[in-house]
Amino acid sequence: MKTEQKKEQNELLENEIRTKKAIDLQSKIPKIDRENRSTVGDVRLEDPRMRCTDINVYYGDKHAIRDLNLDVGKKEILAMIGPSGCGKSTFLRCLNRMNDTIDICRVTGTIEMDGLDINDHSIDVVPLRASVGMVFQKPNPFPKSIRENILFGPKIHGLATHKEDLEEIVVNSLKKAGLWNEVKDRLDQPGTGLSGGQQQRLCIARTIAVEPEVILMDEPCSALDPISTAAIEELMLELRESFSICIVTHSMQQAARVSDRTAYFHLGDMIEVGETKQVFNAPLHQLTEDYITGRFG
Amino acid sequence: MGNNKSDMPPRRTMDVINAGMEKRKKSEKRFQFLGQASILLAIGFLAMLLISISSKGYGAFQQTYIKLDVLVNADQIDSEKLNKGNYSALIKASIRSLFPDVDGRREKRQLYGLVSQSAAFKLKEMVIDEPDLIGQSVAIWVLADDEVDMFFKGHIDRNVEEDARRIKNTQIEWIDQLVAQKRMEKRFNTTFFSAGDSRNPESAGIWGAVVGSFYTLLVTLLLSFPIGVASAVYLEEFAPKNKLTDFIEVNINNLAAVPSIIFGLLGLAIFISFFGLPRSAPFVGGLVLTLMTLPTIIISSRAALKSVPPSIKQAALGVGASPMQAVFYHVLPLAMPGILTGTILGMAQALGESAPLLMIGMVAFIVDIPAGVFDPSTVLPVQIFLWADSPERAFLERTSGAIMVLLGFLVLMNALAVILRKKFERRW
Repeated sequence: MKTEQKKEQNELLENEIRTKKAIDLQSKIPKIDRENRSTVGDVRLEDPRMRCTDINVYYGDKHAIRDLNLDVGKKEILAMIGPSGCGKSTFLRCLNRMNDTIDICRVTGTIEMDGLDINDHSIDVVPLRASVGMVFQKPNPFPKSIRENILFGPKIHGLATHKEDLEEIVVNSLKKAGLWNEVKDRLDQPGTGLSGGQQQRLCIARTIAVEPEVILMDEPCSALDPISTAAIEELMLELRESFSICIVTHSMQQAARVSDRTAYFHLGDMIEVGETKQVFNAPLHQLTEDYITGRFG
Repeated sequence: MGNNKSDMPPRRTMDVINAGMEKRKKSEKRFQFLGQASILLAIGFLAMLLISISSKGYGAFQQTYIKLDVLVNADQIDSEKLNKGNYSALIKASIRSLFPDVDGRREKRQLYGLVSQSAAFKLKEMVIDEPDLIGQSVAIWVLADDEVDMFFKGHIDRNVEEDARRIKNTQIEWIDQLVAQKRMEKRFNTTFFSAGDSRNPESAGIWGAVVGSFYTLLVTLLLSFPIGVASAVYLEEFAPKNKLTDFIEVNINNLAAVPSIIFGLLGLAIFISFFGLPRSAPFVGGLVLTLMTLPTIIISSRAALKSVPPSIKQAALGVGASPMQAVFYHVLPLAMPGILTGTILGMAQALGESAPLLMIGMVAFIVDIPAGVFDPSTVLPVQIFLWADSPERAFLERTSGAIMVLLGFLVLMNALAVILRKKFERRW
């Protein structure tokens, strides 16, 4: 029921966007030229969860991200869109320093969280990654039981020791991830035995089990069918009540459906950022418009 | 000229493909045939090897025994000093009593030669265990001499000229009489599985070598598994990728191809000459074999670690595990089946290794069963080497028998590797 309503809503929204785009194109408001690569739109927010300043990322000699400034708000969904290889996943991985695991990757600039620069040497990645969780493109549950999947994080961080507390974490995380009803009878069966969509929700449950403040999602639905995708999008909207979510997606419809703000990346530059409605209905930059109208990408 | 092309009837792709199909099918058939032929050839040679070894070696599991009625004469044994008694005289007397009409020094020696020298030791042990036997007559089954054993098993042909065989005509007569009296029979050869080495084939066994191999492998396993796995984990998961680690990696790969005798020389120079560790000891053997198996274990462990999907490690890092936690909770357990397989195969290789152990003195003739890792001992393959070198016909049988036992252990170890892999895989 809920999903169907959702679909209708989405269709309405998409129709709206399409008509507006048509009007927009007719009205021929002058766009910012394609050659201009400086960011358009408000990159700053009033009370941000994370504030990125002058981020540059290099893979060896390759300059993957140039001078990026962006705020991640509290309790918002920030979508990052753009053609492949534009640096959006790289930027996402900066936010919990997953780029550290790549030897040739070098990150400069500051990412402030709670008044501290997470790139600072004195910051340990362990607590950082506990508060900035990550969901990957391909569902990657541990090849262990569903319960163990959820409890790995809480156990290594020592969040709970009593059996009842641990059980409560399992139940709460699975409920929040909308997976409880499907798996409550088989918590001891391997997480890898679930369907793709369930596995991805299990990964989300595993991430929220350590109660992070920000959840990074790197194309979480690209390996899933439309129904599972709808379930995860619904879940994201619910999770927004308690977490900040940054999502990288290739589906513009998805960005339009779930996000509050959208950032458009192009070949290592962040071209435009703004309220999702504005970015999709009245993009300020010619490149953004080219992309969302499907002229390339 | 340019019109020529358009004049020709257009050739369809299908025609071109069909024209080439015949050739493709032929080459595919040829390849399949070659593959099957080489597999058949390999199976044929393996079967030949197994048949040849077992046909020669099965006899080693049986041994000829002779029944003697020994009068434990109090004259020959001092009841205070049971150790010092002249037991061989008792044995000789009992043989003589079976064939009272044998006369002459030479004939007597031939007669005594029917029974193994170990008979006197066996009698001694019996009397020491049970001093009450003194003064009584006991019937005991003693080992026959190795040549008698060979004759009884049919390895020596009685139709051959007397000079050309080790068993003389008179001896054959006595043996026939003993068989007729039901005093000679083949029994399961417990000596082979319970004794150490001996100069007399009939009382030589593999137990000493088996125990030596066990201690050697124990030392090897205890050292090479933790060191090998730790090195593999460090190199694969933690070490920075730079010139130094590349250099180390190349060297480990090269070490796997170094002839094993070089490791033996190294063991001799370092462990024995420099550190002064005892010669012929399983401990030193284990150290040398550790050096030899380490590259195998490291390479297979690294391959196993590499085959774990990186997404698992990323997932663990993503929820805030430290690199060590990610490796020890997730990557290593997943790699364990591969690591164990590699380790067991390395151990099997070490079990079959003889060359490096020759260099550190494990080739010595050792009768006693080693009681610890510092006792002199030998190992199964070296025992096989020693026996294969011995001139007695009966050692040939024992060589093949020992090879069968060694092959049995190797099959067991490989089976264990398969079982472990299956078991660990089933858990997930």
